[in-house]
Amino acid sequence: MSIYVDYAATTPIDEKIMNSMLENASKFGNPSSIHRLGKEAKAFYEGSRKNIAKRLNAQPEEIIFTSSATEANNQVIRGTVQGKIGAHVITTKTEHASVKETYADLEKEHEVTYVDVDDKGLINLEQLKSQLRDDTLLVSIILVNNETGTIQPIKEISKIVKEKGALLHIDAVQAFKYLPIDVTDLNCDFLTLSGHKLYAPKGIGLLYLKSNTHLHSLITGGSQERERRAGTENTLFAHAFRLAIEEADDNRDKNNQIIADLKQSLIEALEAEGVPFEINGDIELQTSHILNLYFPWTETEYLLTALDLNGIYASGGSACNAGTVIPSHVITAMYDEARSNRSIRFSFSEKVDKNDITQIAKVLNKIYKNLNDSGFIN
Amino acid sequence: MSNKDITVVVGMSGGVDSSVTAKLLLEQGYNVIGIFMKNWDDTDEFGVCTATEDYEDVRLVAEEIGIPYYSVNFEKEYYDRVFQYFLDEYKKGRTPNPDVMCNKEIKFKAFLEHAMKLGADYVATGHYARVEHDGENVRMLRGVDNNKDQTYFLNQLSKEQLSKVLFPLGELEKKDVRELAHKYDLATKDKKDSTGICFIGERDFKSFLSTYLPANPGRMVNLETGEDKGKHDGLMYYTIGQRQGLGIGGDGGPYFVAGKNLETNELYVVQGDSSDKLNSTSLLASEVNFINPVKDTFQATAKFRYRQKDIPVTVKVLGDDKIEVSYDSASAVTPGQAVVLYDGDTVIGGATIDSVYRDGEFLEYLA
Repeated sequence: MSIYVDYAATTPIDEKIMNSMLENASKFGNPSSIHRLGKEAKAFYEGSRKNIAKRLNAQPEEIIFTSSATEANNQVIRGTVQGKIGAHVITTKTEHASVKETYADLEKEHEVTYVDVDDKGLINLEQLKSQLRDDTLLVSIILVNNETGTIQPIKEISKIVKEKGALLHIDAVQAFKYLPIDVTDLNCDFLTLSGHKLYAPKGIGLLYLKSNTHLHSLITGGSQERERRAGTENTLFAHAFRLAIEEADDNRDKNNQIIADLKQSLIEALEAEGVPFEINGDIELQTSHILNLYFPWTETEYLLTALDLNGIYASGGSACNAGTVIPSHVITAMYDEARSNRSIRFSFSEKVDKNDITQIAKVLNKIYKNLNDSGFIN
Repeated sequence: MSNKDITVVVGMSGGVDSSVTAKLLLEQGYNVIGIFMKNWDDTDEFGVCTATEDYEDVRLVAEEIGIPYYSVNFEKEYYDRVFQYFLDEYKKGRTPNPDVMCNKEIKFKAFLEHAMKLGADYVATGHYARVEHDGENVRMLRGVDNNKDQTYFLNQLSKEQLSKVLFPLGELEKKDVRELAHKYDLATKDKKDSTGICFIGERDFKSFLSTYLPANPGRMVNLETGEDKGKHDGLMYYTIGQRQGLGIGGDGGPYFVAGKNLETNELYVVQGDSSDKLNSTSLLASEVNFINPVKDTFQATAKFRYRQKDIPVTVKVLGDDKIEVSYDSASAVTPGQAVVLYDGDTVIGGATIDSVYRDGEFLEYLA
């Protein structure tokens, strides 16, 4: 038996997408080639770009394909500050590692300010207002948090940031499946997405770059992506990404209903089993695909191991190279490290079987009971 | 109960010994889970920690033999219960044995508890020692490979701890273990054995210690003649009986460390290892552990350092967690080290050496 509830980490490749990739594999030409095979591939690739742009309410030339959202986030941040030593940039304390670590790297040459979050995971808007300066270059915000599902009030944030004239970068990797994304409406300058969170393969991401925005390219060596990102185009993965985005966009409301039910079911099942837990953050302010729980009676590292031995695949914090768990900086920022050390993330998709939710609660109860009966809980 | 219903959690370090341990248990039909312990944050200046490479070897072996594998972080427990003790002992001028403490507090306490919480019936490690379970009775015996026997480091384990422990390598010679690793073609079959204390690794001991404790140089004094023999780098860097690294010599043979005076910060040295000053006839030890009950006075053999030959001793239990151990004569018995007692191959128990005597006279300089 195995139950996968780690969809915020990654998703399997959708079968329809896989089949469509195989069907189109003959279009192997290099889009930069002059011959017809190249032109065929070029048309195929640009078709993907155009259709994705449409779904984001962007222009095709505003979409740049990358290898991942991590690359896209790095490209935005490093490409914006490059050559501007001493620039002022702002981000939050609950970003994904690809933004967090990149900003940490900028501290050597730039001025970085971090916005706090409250115990719901919402950023402090007053603080953001006071931190923004006339010379603030860039603000990076994660729209839906990857650990808690917390949705930031992005329209308000956008208004505040744009009033000061800073560039706005939105990490929408966890958001797209559950919130419609309209870059014009969001009034952002950059927005990043990832394919493998949406049933496309790992190895494709994208960056929305508003027209006429200056961005220094990190990867040089060819004129691909309008000289923003060199390297032979990953035509098949871009196609898969397009299908994944369309699928997610077409079924958003339906999927939201299913996962909302799954999330609520797990909460109720745990309550029914009598397993002590608290919800991290406020579920009213979260997407339904993530449920981050605090289990006061044991540690993340132990619980993830015990769950895995019972065939349940969840997550918590991040793994260090030696396989041990580093507590989530997001939960630490919202509460403290003690709570972070005892928290687990369950993340769902519409493919999760509702019966499995009951099973998860049962297994957690079994683990809890065993610990309790053996005197391992004080 | 057949072995497949018995869950054994193996402490896997990424070395050849624990790799073979896991494989042997699997061959015996146990339900085996491998767990890597991360006890020390040893990230070097390049951001690479040896733990990463060791864990990578755990992964390779676990995948090869087909067992689930995990990590557990005991950095905090290790720092609080082993490293702090290690520093405190050095501050007192003693020579601690962190491996004894690591076994007592981490591998067979924190780790054992972690394994029990995961539903283990036993934990196993790649130690060269034997443990016999016979109903309520539990005995620990030396590993059959006398040269590799590690019972010295396991002397603080209680009967309760040992009742949940398996040491599959105890019946094997080290060379057999290498051969088995080759036979099973394990990824670690040719990996070099680790040396030294885990948190120090291959680094220079002196420079490591100096980052945690201030070195306080002082004078070296010949204990027999009172002669000033030059400067020492700090008392903590020396242990009783040490010959290397003193930087003095001359007619009459090499010099040995014979003791320390913490108040005057003097290091005592003697010339020639046959010097009376290094010899003792009894010791007092505390933190006494007996695996099974003993008489108030009994005969045994004892080791005062790892890999020393046993000598015959008489042990008197003094109560108040103390024992007196008497013997004909032993050289360089060192406070902070363990005294481990044997009855033939059976480990009776052990204690930490506190003070050393010659014919009833307290040898205060032996610290």
